[in-house]
Amino acid sequence: MAEKNIRLEVVTPDKIVVDEEARIVMAPGSLGEFGVLVGHTPFLTTLKIGAMHYQDAQGKERWIFINGGFAEALPDKVTILTESAERRKDIDMARAQAALDRAQKRLAEEGKKADVDFLRAKAALERALYRLKLAQTRGSGH
Amino acid sequence: MAKLKDIKRKISAVKKTKQITKAMNMVAASRLRGAQSAMESFRPYASKFGEVLGSLARRAGEEAGSSLLTPREEVKKIHLILCTSDRGLCGGFNANLIAKAVSFIEQKRKQHIDVSLTSFGKKGRDWCRKIGLPTVKAHVGIVGSRFGFNVASASGHELIDGFLKGEYDEVHIIFAEFISMARQTPHTKQLLPIPPLVIAEELKEAKGSAYLAEHICEPSADEVLGEMLPRSIYVQLYSALLETSTSEHAARMAAMDNATKACNDMMGSLTLAYNKARQAAITAELMDIVGGAEALKG
Repeated sequence: MAEKNIRLEVVTPDKIVVDEEARIVMAPGSLGEFGVLVGHTPFLTTLKIGAMHYQDAQGKERWIFINGGFAEALPDKVTILTESAERRKDIDMARAQAALDRAQKRLAEEGKKADVDFLRAKAALERALYRLKLAQTRGSGH
Repeated sequence: MAKLKDIKRKISAVKKTKQITKAMNMVAASRLRGAQSAMESFRPYASKFGEVLGSLARRAGEEAGSSLLTPREEVKKIHLILCTSDRGLCGGFNANLIAKAVSFIEQKRKQHIDVSLTSFGKKGRDWCRKIGLPTVKAHVGIVGSRFGFNVASASGHELIDGFLKGEYDEVHIIFAEFISMARQTPHTKQLLPIPPLVIAEELKEAKGSAYLAEHICEPSADEVLGEMLPRSIYVQLYSALLETSTSEHAARMAAMDNATKACNDMMGSLTLAYNKARQAAITAELMDIVGGAEALKG
């Protein structure tokens, strides 16, 4: 194939989740989803909590949950720095469901106070929701 | 005869102690491997983070003016984070860290600066209680065990909050720097306001001077930097905790190794004393018999 691949790295404090060649990388930037192909202009952005996906060298679609962070795109490489990330197949649904319940309970208790705990619970809720949403797409086509 | 029995009892006691110290040594060794691998796996993240942050900070320049960067004109209150271990039996590890804290606090008190504390680890907390220092928060059960980045980000968040609210004007951290298996030294570092030195250092590490110069930043360079600065605190906190954990296990391993060796020495000298005493008893008995036989003959 004439088209060249771009190197994708997803790095968390615990481990390197992904380090492989990709045809295209799509990630949820804070100003909207963006795609990166090889030869991209140097680019740096913050990321939202959500799902990113890429096509691996075989053209297979791969999905990863990312917990915010940063993405740096260079012509030959994309680096995603995030505090946690899981491949779709590695998402622990039971754990995410538990986190969701916990966050909902806490939000109900906290009421409308917009303090730190509230924000934290909201972020936890968001994470859990995205994890579950992504995990539920398992086995559907790609 | 009583003496012989005493020595024998002592030998078996030392033997049992040796079994314990040896077991602790091995446990520390395996935990050390775990802690070291956690440190290893954090390295790619930390170095990439530093690289991006360094070049971004230079580009955004001082006009970024984040309140996390600007030193306060008057420093009246300092918050100190003291990392120690939860458990003892690791040689001078905690004593060294605490000594560092003592000299730090004394020095600041001379300048009429108040010091408050957050402690990671039971030993530091107990020390604070003993000398009556107010601890804002004590985290137990983190150093020395497995912990995630969220530990660092949660307490880092609190620190930044307190700093921005003006509860303290500077934040410093004392942790054990892991230099090698045989050397771990207590180290003081300023976390907040983020010293320009840190950024300069990271700049040096960043490869190439033009690196990132032409990056498009989204939303803007300043905003990305604003997102990154608090995280850089978490990164430093996390790496300090990782280093302290690794150092604790290394220190315990060394201490237990020394203890095992001391047990061996003691067992050697006790066995020698035992054999001597036994021989003396046999000789005395023999003398008795020979003496008795002589007496009968005569």
